[in-house]
Amino acid sequence: MNLLSLGSVGYRYGNGPNTLLDVTLEADRPQVIGMAGPNGAGKSTLLDIMAGQRMPVSGTCRVQGRDTHLTDRGELCRLIAHVPQQLPSDVPFTVEEVILTGRTPYGRGLFENDEDLGAAERAIERTGLHAFRSRRFSSLSGGERQRVMLAAAICQQPSILLLDEPGAHLDPRNEAWLWTLVRELSAEGCLVVVVTHHLALAAQHCDRVCLLDQGRLVADGPPAQALHPDRLTEIFRVPFYRHDAADGRVFLSYGH
Amino acid sequence: MDTSLRSRTRSFALAGLLVAVVVTVLAPLVGGSGMNYGRLMRHEAPDWGIFINLRVPRTLLALLVGGALSASGALFQALLRDALATPSSLGVSAAASLGAVIALAFFPGEETGLPVVWIAALVATGLVIALVAGIRRSSRFSSFTLVLTGIAISGICSAGILLLYSLAGIAKSFQITRWLMGGIEAVEYSVLLLLAAGIIPVLIWILRLARVLNVMSYGEAWAAGRGIDCQKVTWQGFAAGAFLAGTTTAITGPIAFVGLIVPHALRRIVGPDHRVLLPACMLGGGVFLVVCDTVSRSVLAPIEIPVGVTTALLGGPFFVWLLWSR
Repeated sequence: MNLLSLGSVGYRYGNGPNTLLDVTLEADRPQVIGMAGPNGAGKSTLLDIMAGQRMPVSGTCRVQGRDTHLTDRGELCRLIAHVPQQLPSDVPFTVEEVILTGRTPYGRGLFENDEDLGAAERAIERTGLHAFRSRRFSSLSGGERQRVMLAAAICQQPSILLLDEPGAHLDPRNEAWLWTLVRELSAEGCLVVVVTHHLALAAQHCDRVCLLDQGRLVADGPPAQALHPDRLTEIFRVPFYRHDAADGRVFLSYGH
Repeated sequence: MDTSLRSRTRSFALAGLLVAVVVTVLAPLVGGSGMNYGRLMRHEAPDWGIFINLRVPRTLLALLVGGALSASGALFQALLRDALATPSSLGVSAAASLGAVIALAFFPGEETGLPVVWIAALVATGLVIALVAGIRRSSRFSSFTLVLTGIAISGICSAGILLLYSLAGIAKSFQITRWLMGGIEAVEYSVLLLLAAGIIPVLIWILRLARVLNVMSYGEAWAAGRGIDCQKVTWQGFAAGAFLAGTTTAITGPIAFVGLIVPHALRRIVGPDHRVLLPACMLGGGVFLVVCDTVSRSVLAPIEIPVGVTTALLGGPFFVWLLWSR
């Protein structure tokens, strides 16, 4: 049974044009999948569908064999943690309280139990947020907020982690740290899907890259294959160049 | 952190309960008619009768209504992520009022006993809940459309009230005006019991929702990713809050302001966590309305100030002070 399985998924907003068309994608084991493509290609919509937050107009989206939008939300969110691109900003709670929201799917009791607190503690540990735990979330910078939301998703202990541009507000050091963490999580058994525009980092860290263009899945495979400069040049409409370093690492650059 | 939250909740709840009990015991002893406490102790007329049949039920009614109104305000503010959301702004108070005004205008004087007015107000509230239940399956249902729908309902109902008011005769229009001013009056104990039996289970249901309401305040995208069915919670919460506001408005008439300033004032004192805030609103709102009603019937006795005037005059300045000083 596949962990995540999308079959001919189509989506459109209202009566608008197709946002997604015939997207088929399977993931049967924990790995890091990079999701790239031009603005408006449908990446975030696809992530919403995987998270069961949008119902596909056509096709199916299944997690462990069950339709995501038909599964009870609490149950689904014990399997999938989704960190959306638009993060809440004016939240009046502390960092620790924000991280504990990751435990909501595990119990509707009025107070968190020891298991919840333990999970939060480990998430704080992993994301190095000790110094921030009592800070008010709304007083944090964009990058700090992004780390807190990632910690909340880790606290949720999902089998599938969906990250929508998690590095958008991070400085180079924190973004490098993020990708290391993502790889650790996948090594521990989590399927991680990362929407990103940082193709060089995706090439370096992903097991697999999916390219979306105008709602269609135009490439799906190992980074070296999917991120071919000719294909990137075609879909992003800007010239791409590939540089192979002596140690085997691949670099991508672009621009006229 | 959790143990501290649990003990904080417990100590706030105990303190609130203590204040509520003290105020509820003291309030009926205060009043404009110069009670003879000796006669009261000996259970002698008329003081004992005034105490047990007028002031005690009135105090208990204020406690229930104040608690229900501020809990419903806090609930609406959390669900709709709108600081200004209250039973009044969402059209619940206006609908209940329109129902009551229809009863007042169309039933001949004698029969305009309170039960007819109550039932009409409850039916109108029920219609609003049914309307929202009807649109909740629509893809356009969101907290934002719910707020706008509430404003529209409020406007329509206010227009209906004005229309009936202008068509009614002098005697009727006076009755309508008095009712629209709102006020806590002595009611039978059976009515209190019935009201409590309706309200208290709903209050308990809302308390159990506290943790979910905390997560809802992060916005629907985040809440949905934490396993919360936002549409369902929004509509169920709306129905619960409307029920609280509708039933209490039916008995007392519209009392504005309690649903707005009590939750905001308490949020500044006890913090934003609904596990502390909601019980604080239930007790604090009740205490606030008991105090305002006691002031209303005492300071200018034998004239009674409409309680809505007192809530605004006492609560308004306090709220502004709290807003700017912390």
